[in-house]
Amino acid sequence: MTFVVLISLLSMLPLILILFYIIKNGLSALSWNIFFEIPKPVGEKGGGISSAIVGSFFLIIIAGIPSIPLGIAAGVYLSEHKDSKLSYWGRLAAEILQGIPSIVIGIIAYLWIVVPMGGFSVLSGGIALGIMMLPMIVTATAETLNLIPDSLKESALALGVPYYRTMVKVILPAGLSGILTGVLIGIARIAGETAPLLFTAFGNAFMNWNVMKPVNALPLLIYNYATSPYPEWHRLAWAASCVLVGFVVSLNLFVRILTRRWKIQF
Amino acid sequence: MENTVLRTVDLSAYYGENQVVKNVTLGIPEHSVTAIMGPSGCGKSTLVRCFNRMHELIAEARTEGKVFLREEDVYDMNPIEVRTRIGMVFQKPNPFPMMTIRDNVIAGYKLNGVRLSRPKRDEIVEASLKEAALWDEVKDHLARKGTFLSGGQQQRLCIARALAVKPDILLFDEPTSALDPKATNHIEQLMIELKKTVTLILVTHNIAQTGRVSDFIAFLYLGELIEFGPKGLLLTTPKDKRTEEFLSGKFG
Amino acid sequence: MISRRLEELKEKLTGSASLVENMVDKSISGLLKRNENLLLEVIEQDEPRENSLELEIDEDCIQVVACYQPQAKNLRTIMMVLKINNDLERMADEAVNISESALFLIKRPEVKPLIDIPRMAEEATMMMKDSLSSFMNEDPELSENVCERDDVVDGLRDQILRELVTFMASDPQTIERSIHLIRISRSLERIADLSTNICEDVIYMVEGRTTKHRNSICDNHECENRDSTEVGYIGEQ
Repeated sequence: MTFVVLISLLSMLPLILILFYIIKNGLSALSWNIFFEIPKPVGEKGGGISSAIVGSFFLIIIAGIPSIPLGIAAGVYLSEHKDSKLSYWGRLAAEILQGIPSIVIGIIAYLWIVVPMGGFSVLSGGIALGIMMLPMIVTATAETLNLIPDSLKESALALGVPYYRTMVKVILPAGLSGILTGVLIGIARIAGETAPLLFTAFGNAFMNWNVMKPVNALPLLIYNYATSPYPEWHRLAWAASCVLVGFVVSLNLFVRILTRRWKIQF
Repeated sequence: MENTVLRTVDLSAYYGENQVVKNVTLGIPEHSVTAIMGPSGCGKSTLVRCFNRMHELIAEARTEGKVFLREEDVYDMNPIEVRTRIGMVFQKPNPFPMMTIRDNVIAGYKLNGVRLSRPKRDEIVEASLKEAALWDEVKDHLARKGTFLSGGQQQRLCIARALAVKPDILLFDEPTSALDPKATNHIEQLMIELKKTVTLILVTHNIAQTGRVSDFIAFLYLGELIEFGPKGLLLTTPKDKRTEEFLSGKFG
Repeated sequence: MISRRLEELKEKLTGSASLVENMVDKSISGLLKRNENLLLEVIEQDEPRENSLELEIDEDCIQVVACYQPQAKNLRTIMMVLKINNDLERMADEAVNISESALFLIKRPEVKPLIDIPRMAEEATMMMKDSLSSFMNEDPELSENVCERDDVVDGLRDQILRELVTFMASDPQTIERSIHLIRISRSLERIADLSTNICEDVIYMVEGRTTKHRNSICDNHECENRDSTEVGYIGEQ
């Protein structure tokens, strides 16, 4: 028994160490300035990571706009038509897509969007991240809806409610906690993806609100600054790591709370 | 002689090539409880799902023959209208989990976008819950979610929900098989009360329940209607040997 | 559900019982008052009504068992209703027998003034009324009481037999009339027996206790006496 406990503690060790290190190094770098200033040129003191924070959120939103509705719709289809051929291939496609390395997706986005557009942009970064997020949402939606008993759908239909209203007003609300979980986990995942952003969003020294132009993002900033020779930039990189990890961890915790309060047991 | 509220003529139902209901012709008398009785898998659930046009929602399912609701052809009518006039209560109680009890009762209106004034809404909620013998137990908790109720109460909530749209007929598909004996007793008493205002069609393989609750029995075996008659007669002196065997517990 | 059906059934049985009581009363009354109409009523109107009531109650009982699978007291009640129904029908038959014999007798002079037969009739009809009352009121004490009075009726039957045998021996003209009187006394004794049956059924229904066939547990000496009395008389003539 103690052996099992020991092994479990051992497996938690990496996480504990990572969090400890990041907090130790990042906390000292954190200040109000960090969140509101953009990075200053090399050599100057101060500066912040606000552009990266804004950029990350921008990218998440652009990623979510197509992939969330699409993912939910696809998940609904897979759940409603379990036996069709399309459903079989769809499920397979989602699994495969999930497994494609993120850098490959970045390259594809580069070819499809960056090249025709002639430049890097939020759009291409968002699309790349969206493609990564899509299979997670599809799978989460499909599995959530599969757990909902048919009798719920049947009883709505038997009341004289048309099919699409039944799905939108009864089934999806019933599966909301599971679907939301899928979306949030997806966001948590893509928030930290660096590789696809290398050839799509590319990074930007300045704040950018234009969807067609390149943008900075937390992972990009960390990558660029951590590998730079400037200690000032290292400091910012630690701060950014802190913020990113904090975001991901709190998202995960939020998902837990959500599931416990909203989840409907069938 | 009672009115016939629902009539079928040579009704058949298929799943793909598989014929599950075979040329059933029967008439359901009004204001009575008619039990559709038979062994598991004999097609009784499928049969009643042809009445409220739920059968056709399944992929590759089709029906042949005619069903008349008060002499209107059900398959010429708008299916939404059919389902408001022929309501259904299922085996597993399933109140809508995200809705309050009040909203559950008027779900038939709410989900269809029908706006009800507050007094009208409260009137319908109270009347339906009273009809389902649930009002006294939940009248102070209408704003709570339906899922905290016991199994029997949840099933009565589902009945209230079905009654709220004022159907002519209520279909009960094995409504008490998931309930304990006390809750089952409540529901059975309720069914006997309800037949004063609606006509009930009960699908069951429980002979004892049929004996307690029904007025007429239709015995279905392998998709065919074997016998139809008043309960007392059919249970004591059935005409067909297969009915006799089913009642003696030889199969099913 | 089932309790209502049982109440309805018991009411029907009570109705049948009243009819049978009436039949017995009328047949005795018709004999004693020499009223032909009463006797014909019993035979032509009352008996067919009682027969159809019996069939109805039988059918109802079977349907209640089929539909409700009664247990414990409900089951005992249904079973006893079935049996009492049967006993009532036989009582009705005895009333018809009495009426038929009475029809013969009232057209002819009396063999002797009727003393014992009215006494026996009174005893037997009291037993019948009490047994039916104990059913309606579910009164096992009254039932016990009725069972004990059976011996009195049996004694009277024996007495009537002895007396009439003497008459028949002395005057062959009286034989036919005497035999009808003996038939009537037999019927009255049967009515008393059926009343004790009903009482035993009531005790079983209410308390679940069987009190049947107590006579076969009587002591040997008594039983012997009764048998030898009968044998003795026939042998004597």
